[in-house]
Amino acid sequence: MELRVDVNGTPRTLRIEPRETIADVVRDRLGLTGTKISCDAQVCGACTVLVDGLAVSGCTFLAADAEGRRVQTVEGLASDGVLSPLQQAFIDHAAFQCGFCTSGMLMAGTALLTENPAPTRDDVVGGLEGNLCRCTGYAPIVEAVLQAAGQGTRRTAAAPAGGDGRGQPAGVDR
Amino acid sequence: MRHIVTREAAPAPIGQAVPRRDGVAKVTGAATYATDVSLPGLAHAKILRSPYPHARIVSIDTSAARAHPGVIAVVTADDLGDVELIYGHAVADHPLIAVHKVRFAGEPIVGVVAEDAATAQEALALVAIDYEPLPFVTDVELALAPGAPVIHERPGEQRAHRGFTEDIERTAPNICSTSHQHWGDIDAAFRDAAIVVDGEYRYPICYAYAMEPYTAVASWSEGALTVWTSAQHPYMVRDDLAHCFRLPLSAVRVIVPYVGGGYGSKSYTKIEPLTAALALRAGRPVRLALSVDEAILTTRGDGARVRIASAFDAEGHLLGRRATILLDTGGYAENSPLVARKAANRIGGPYRIPALDVTCSAVYTNTAPASSFRGFGAPQVTFAGESQMDEAAERLGLDPLELRRRNVLAPGERPWGKARGIDADVRADLALAAEELGWDDAPTAGHGRAICVSASDAGSEPVTTALVRVHSDGSVTVTAGSTEIGQGSSTVLAQIAAGEMAVPLDRVHLMQSDTAAVSYDRSTGASRTTTLMGLAIQRAARDARDQLVAWAREAIAADGQTVEEVRDGVLVDGQHRDWGELVRAWFGGESGEVVGRGYLRQAGPTKEMPPFWEIGCIGIEASVDEETGQIQVGRLVTVGDVGCAINPQLVESQDVGAAIMGFGMAMREELVYEDGNLMNGNLVDYRVPRAGDIPPLRTVVVERGDGVGAYGAKGGGEGSLNPVAAAIANAVYRAAGIRLRAAPFTPERVWTALQARDRDRRPAGEPVRESERVGG
Repeated sequence: MELRVDVNGTPRTLRIEPRETIADVVRDRLGLTGTKISCDAQVCGACTVLVDGLAVSGCTFLAADAEGRRVQTVEGLASDGVLSPLQQAFIDHAAFQCGFCTSGMLMAGTALLTENPAPTRDDVVGGLEGNLCRCTGYAPIVEAVLQAAGQGTRRTAAAPAGGDGRGQPAGVDR
Repeated sequence: MRHIVTREAAPAPIGQAVPRRDGVAKVTGAATYATDVSLPGLAHAKILRSPYPHARIVSIDTSAARAHPGVIAVVTADDLGDVELIYGHAVADHPLIAVHKVRFAGEPIVGVVAEDAATAQEALALVAIDYEPLPFVTDVELALAPGAPVIHERPGEQRAHRGFTEDIERTAPNICSTSHQHWGDIDAAFRDAAIVVDGEYRYPICYAYAMEPYTAVASWSEGALTVWTSAQHPYMVRDDLAHCFRLPLSAVRVIVPYVGGGYGSKSYTKIEPLTAALALRAGRPVRLALSVDEAILTTRGDGARVRIASAFDAEGHLLGRRATILLDTGGYAENSPLVARKAANRIGGPYRIPALDVTCSAVYTNTAPASSFRGFGAPQVTFAGESQMDEAAERLGLDPLELRRRNVLAPGERPWGKARGIDADVRADLALAAEELGWDDAPTAGHGRAICVSASDAGSEPVTTALVRVHSDGSVTVTAGSTEIGQGSSTVLAQIAAGEMAVPLDRVHLMQSDTAAVSYDRSTGASRTTTLMGLAIQRAARDARDQLVAWAREAIAADGQTVEEVRDGVLVDGQHRDWGELVRAWFGGESGEVVGRGYLRQAGPTKEMPPFWEIGCIGIEASVDEETGQIQVGRLVTVGDVGCAINPQLVESQDVGAAIMGFGMAMREELVYEDGNLMNGNLVDYRVPRAGDIPPLRTVVVERGDGVGAYGAKGGGEGSLNPVAAAIANAVYRAAGIRLRAAPFTPERVWTALQARDRDRRPAGEPVRESERVGG
């Protein structure tokens, strides 16, 4: 079947199999491998992409259902080589380790901030409940989303260590 | 984060929270993982797995699958006569595909290679297998009973290398290996004791859930093999592939791109030999990408039953500890013989124990194979040992923190005869945890607090090399066989090289994890990379600097000018020359480079084993909902005692991640077998912590410069997992008066214990309400 879809601002016309998911299409047909597949059962959120701005699980969202719609993947977050505030906040807070959940986290966080530009900490935690991370313990991810919303502490990179640094920005204390 | 630094100053950028070097790649989706690797002509494989936990394979009919359109090859053990099918680095017992018998439900029997994965999956349904089911056993104690089904008729060949050097004792047919640890007069210790605490503790079978399931791509060309894989230890995988396909080590190239989570579960060889065998038969490059459900059946953690007794004198000094540990190793040895050795070593904790007698057996069962998992025996035995410290404190009428203070090893004190002395101030770590927890203030009614510690002989074998290449423009390339598994090695190792060569960090580039392109490292595990690879890089930098200084004398100061080495180059008669100038001068043009070599072996500072001790120190405040049995953790304190935090942000990140992984295992995680089958082998039923589950955290990173590594560094990333279960159990005891000796502490288990407590407390003659009989 034929699929017409806008992916990261570029209109595409593709021949696909009806069984293909949107994650299959962006990864295998468009080479946008930033979208990851982990549980393949709509539990972990690693495959999260935006369809018309709404976060969906790419592993179970049939590509055919994206006909005529706008799909955004992690590759579409930065514009002209400039990271989005949320991407930058993830780097500032080391809000990832292995990085396998990161694309999905960024897409879920982007959808959250679009819907609710001034979230509380509870809003952020609730908004990320559908995305698993096995490395970080979530704390720096929550801080990063709050920073991108202009509410968290900007954690300065390259802060020199020394002394009893109780004055350092609190990354995970709460 | 609270950050305490008492070590000597180190050159920038050591000690700086520089941004992760993999950051932009990981937030833009550009980072490549094994699952993203594609090659021209790539074919796709799927695996048919056994539905039986234990069965003989009578016959396999693959004719219909072979005839299916789009199928390229169908492979069974009988198709691999030219391949050495059995591998295993400690005990060689693991066939890369089942050979006439299966030992767990989920064991691979047939591989199908097709033009695409969907076609391969379709063809699996066309394979007909005739099985003769055998009696099976999935419980360690039943596996050791007389007459139990024998899982391996012949013991696996022992491989006396890579850290496993003891004799396998096969005192029962299903024993895979047994490790002992003993010293002192254990009988006298228990005879002289004022009190003895005695109990059995159970730790569940857990699943690491690395979010990237095992994936490998194999390609043969002119008799040489290249494999891209999601492995932690590329060099060990190379060695097993060379063994299976009878190749020289130099003919096998293993490349590891970014790894989507490891936590030990990607240690050693997994699906690489099978993928390479499928590619050999297909005559095409082959990709084998497992699902999460298949990954659970590939490797899991060792479940443990720990029978333990600890003897104390009246003042609370430990006199002796006895333990018998049974590890549920599953159908194949994998790395469990080493887990058994480490469990025996680690059950003493960071304590002065005059007499110890521990036996730990890895026991075969008809379940998925167990292997390395973050903590490596320590979470299992620390739950037991640290629970007993609190039980003893109560019996002795002592504060549990004071009991620990009286028993912890002093800095430099050896836990046992030949072991390296403890390179940590555990007493000071306890004090930090107590401060962060507010130990001296009474908790709110219904809340309980606990502090638990662990000590792991970490670092594994010190066999590591590094190269530091300084180019003609003074920039630096470092090659290191350690893998970036998310822990931040690509950042930390570059920081060490930049500090040693005194060049800006953005002029240092690191090459990792390609056995044809980077020099050897034994493994990326046991918290060893920063410490051991860091030392190797430090030595390689020293070697490069020595050569450059000699080149300055030869090429620039040949007429007897003075040459003085400074941080970032040399002064020739007082005139500064940077590294790039020295390279260019010696080669006599604009090109060339110097290659510095760093080797690390069991000699010099890393002669004593372990290379370092990894301390875990966790504080917990918890309460219990008496109606539902739900535990609420109100505070979780981590103390990261790492000697020197090359990058403090990454140390904190490791500590929090480890503690939350331990929290998930303590509270909820457990793989459950019934009738030989895994009942919850998927992420819906096996629930890992979510963002909303995370308790309030307080983190401390302390740097005392007491490790063997560069600038006094020692490893982290496992310690904060190990004591979590014990700390929660002890806090729950003090909150609610129930002693939990089996993890995970599910609401059902806690509620049942609360009911039992209330029955025991009820005065004689008081009637039992009907509702209380349920679940008791």
